[in-house]
Amino acid sequence: MKPKDLPEKALRPVVNESGIEIKPLYTAAEVAASGGEAMLGLPGEYPFTRGIHSLMYRKQPWTMRQYTGFGNAADTNQRFHYLIANGQTGLNVAFDLPTQCGMDSDDSQAEGEVGRVGMAVDTLRDFEIAFDGVDLEKITVSLTINGSAAILIAMYLAMAEKRGYDIAKLRGTAQNDILKEFIGRGTWVYPVEPSIRLVGDTIEYCARHAPKYSPVSVCGYHIRESGADPAQEMAYAFCIAKAYADDVIRRGLPVDEFAGRLSFNFNCFGNIFEQVAKFRAGRSLWAKIMKEQYGATKPGSMWLRMIAGGGGGGLTFEQPELNIVRGAYYALICALSGTQTMALCCYDEAYTIPSEYAQRISLRTMQMLIEEMGLSDTVDPLGGSYFVETLTNQMRERMQAIMTEVDEQGGIVKLVAEGAIQAKVSAQAYQRQRDIEQGSFRKVGVNCYRTEDKAPEMEFHPYKDDDARAQVDALNRVRAERDAVRVAAALARVEADARSGANLMPAIMEAVKAYASVGEITGVLVGVFGRYREPVRF
Amino acid sequence: MNFDKRIKVVLAKPGLDGHDQGAKVVARALMDAGFEVIYTGLRQTPEAIVRISLDEDADVIALSSMAGSHLPICGKLKPLLEQAGLGDKLWIIGGNLPAQDHDALRALGFKGIFPSSSRFEDIVNFIRKHAP
Repeated sequence: MKPKDLPEKALRPVVNESGIEIKPLYTAAEVAASGGEAMLGLPGEYPFTRGIHSLMYRKQPWTMRQYTGFGNAADTNQRFHYLIANGQTGLNVAFDLPTQCGMDSDDSQAEGEVGRVGMAVDTLRDFEIAFDGVDLEKITVSLTINGSAAILIAMYLAMAEKRGYDIAKLRGTAQNDILKEFIGRGTWVYPVEPSIRLVGDTIEYCARHAPKYSPVSVCGYHIRESGADPAQEMAYAFCIAKAYADDVIRRGLPVDEFAGRLSFNFNCFGNIFEQVAKFRAGRSLWAKIMKEQYGATKPGSMWLRMIAGGGGGGLTFEQPELNIVRGAYYALICALSGTQTMALCCYDEAYTIPSEYAQRISLRTMQMLIEEMGLSDTVDPLGGSYFVETLTNQMRERMQAIMTEVDEQGGIVKLVAEGAIQAKVSAQAYQRQRDIEQGSFRKVGVNCYRTEDKAPEMEFHPYKDDDARAQVDALNRVRAERDAVRVAAALARVEADARSGANLMPAIMEAVKAYASVGEITGVLVGVFGRYREPVRF
Repeated sequence: MNFDKRIKVVLAKPGLDGHDQGAKVVARALMDAGFEVIYTGLRQTPEAIVRISLDEDADVIALSSMAGSHLPICGKLKPLLEQAGLGDKLWIIGGNLPAQDHDALRALGFKGIFPSSSRFEDIVNFIRKHAP
């Protein structure tokens, strides 16, 4: 039945996750009513709704950067070379939980966790092994590290320097977004204020010494996983990015000297058009914020550079092979949205660390879009669609409203420190799970189209306790071989700089070069800053 | 089952795993079902879980584990819970728990095993039926 044959009010109402009502048909009238083309422009031109570059993938397809890391540095190095041999163009490193929480592999709390969900790193030696044989100019490396990011960024720069690279030209990214760790993901170490200072230290240090390195990738991703809707995901991420920018500006660094190296990480599960509109709207909103609120003048300072392709919350434990199909749609969404980098979910990751086989399927999915499906031929192919342009305007308005609400409630830092954002998104996650269980929010294979057929066999990633012991032995060897006087002096300087308020990066660089460990440096900083205490609110 | 008092659940996140969306969602479901729920927050050591369970006089000790370290954690927790006299309480665990590990978890005293995709209703009913 065509829409004109049926009064619109007789149709089942459709509202997207961000709370916007979806009509059965869009025309130029809806575009005009939502604000028209005022924020559209051309790709590569302010406000960048259609893309940050004029030619986008026609000039260079997105970087393919699957999330990888497990066991020790040698195991991970092997998988890196496998992925590069299969056409991957960047690396995205997963670290084990002790490393992420600032503990050494011999810490009592690390027992059973060393090398389990990512690569174990104790000292610079592990980085030397992990990136052995990887051309750091050709393959850019992203470090998924937060609580201990300052230390691991220092290790990366020190490792590159040791291999003869000029860090002033070195590209790469660290996640280093601690505020979202307090909302979801949970690898915090220090209280909120010193944690933000450390992020500011890395941004300031990189702006001065490694200006091509992206020291922060602000993540809407995990906020969405924790229960935020797509508009909240992007709005909260922007509030967080602004908090870091404010910290750096207070130090006297002009916005155009660092904003161009801020990057973002977004989720992409859910309704295809809502996601595409989210990315397009976010691009123009961020450009507007940087230009109007921060006085940025360089276009690069206004660019919303992003990695996307993950969407763990959309994958299902049931009928896991369907996650291959979901992953293909995720890649399509990202390609239609003009993301710079993709790290695509693997079908087995609701169960285990992805196998080589699953990683290759994800890689081939992205390659297929480029080679067979024409997704890299034309910039912003959905631009000009009445529906997509209307929704883009509506999503932007929704994000702005959420950001205003955060400001009115005292700002993102206060709301995160109090646990207010955590309580809000957690309540939403509960409601969504109830909707799924009651069938009002449909998930194929979960609450409809279930099957009693046996799921395909999963290849579970093996975990060997011996590897953890080998990692501790290796750490002990480094401790025995290093210059103990140099380590002690370097750690004393870390402590002094932590107390004085100086930028901590030079002291941390010196400490990692002396082969001080992640746990030792963190321990010194905890001695000065204390530890975060989690507010548990419902 | 004791009808005079509400069933009290200590819901803990053991180890370093920071994925707490599931634990918080289950905590809300258990509260809505009328249980009293103490959620511990992240990074609880086995010793801390035992202490909180004793302090709170818990009927049910529930763990949430998403990052694969459930067997070493439960292996450490079992003797500590028993030494503390908590062996008669109901121990349950939820999260990313591969089917191949379920027998080992049961052998460690975890009567209720709720892998990803479990329904609230099943968790609530299990607790009602088995809580001391």
